[in-house]
Amino acid sequence: MAASVGFEAETEFCIAVNSDNDLVAARRKGRVLAEQIGFSGSEATLVATAISELARNIVSYAGRGEILLSTVGNGSSIGITVIARDQGPGIADTRRVLEHGYSTSGGLGLGLPGVRRIMDEFDIISAPGLGTTITVTKWKRR
Amino acid sequence: MAVPILKQSHYLIATIQSALTDADLVQLRDALADKVGKFRSRGVIVDVTALDVLDSFASRTLRDISYMIKLRGAETVIVGIQPEVAFAMVQLGIAFEDVATALDLEEGLLYLDKKQKLGQHGSQRGF
Ligand SMILES: Nc1ncnc2c1ncn2[C@@H]1O[C@H](COP(=O)(O)OP(=O)(O)OP(=O)(O)O)[C@@H](O)[C@H]1O
Ligand SMILES: [Mg+2]
Repeated sequence: MAASVGFEAETEFCIAVNSDNDLVAARRKGRVLAEQIGFSGSEATLVATAISELARNIVSYAGRGEILLSTVGNGSSIGITVIARDQGPGIADTRRVLEHGYSTSGGLGLGLPGVRRIMDEFDIISAPGLGTTITVTKWKRR
Repeated sequence: MAVPILKQSHYLIATIQSALTDADLVQLRDALADKVGKFRSRGVIVDVTALDVLDSFASRTLRDISYMIKLRGAETVIVGIQPEVAFAMVQLGIAFEDVATALDLEEGLLYLDKKQKLGQHGSQRGF
């Protein structure tokens, strides 16, 4: 696939996330897409790891949701955008969940802060009762 | 997919063959804790060479394995963490303190042998 420049949202994958079994497929799709647009093995691993954390949160806190993968271009760079979205309970304090160590499930609370560190862009939209949408992008290093 | 566990003299070697679901990992943890008692093993090696992602859950489960095996009186060493995976773990902020790791199976076996020797006092040399 030619890495074309100047276009938005090229390839799209939509992966339904209903159980931890779906994480394996979501990670794999992310890696394939990353490698297709020329990410290094190391960058592809970061993308796959971020997908894993976001998808696991969907399973743990919302029960079900989906992961959308697309390639993005902004003229001079190409990257991957991962959207993790669910219609679960939502998050009241979206700043708090980005603090290292904050967890409502007795976890380590490093999933979201870790994803934010791994990816170049991080955006979270959530409110109680309205579900959660987390959008992250990683640009290819040149 | 279940992870095969091989018994090699007084050690157990679990070689992960492909990407694992959370349930597979938990099953591996329980199987190892069980087999260490059954075979009176002194060491466990978990070979993760085939894993292309070690996220927070997988890391936590490997750490749990190491702690559980310790409580059962044996040592665990995780071998084969790939360089990209190691980089992602560091970026994610995963602390793997007090979990023994080694480059590969061979180094893992050396580590366990050394631990065995340290644990034996004077008279009880060799196996
Ligand atoms: N999709 C979601 N819906 C509702 N709440 C969420 C969602 N994702 C995360 N959260 C909330 O944010 C908190 C922090 O998430 P994060 O992934 O950082 O840590 P964790 O899942 O608790 O632990 P870890 O990821 O280290 O196992 C969670 O404990 C949970 O309360
Ligand atoms: Mg999490």
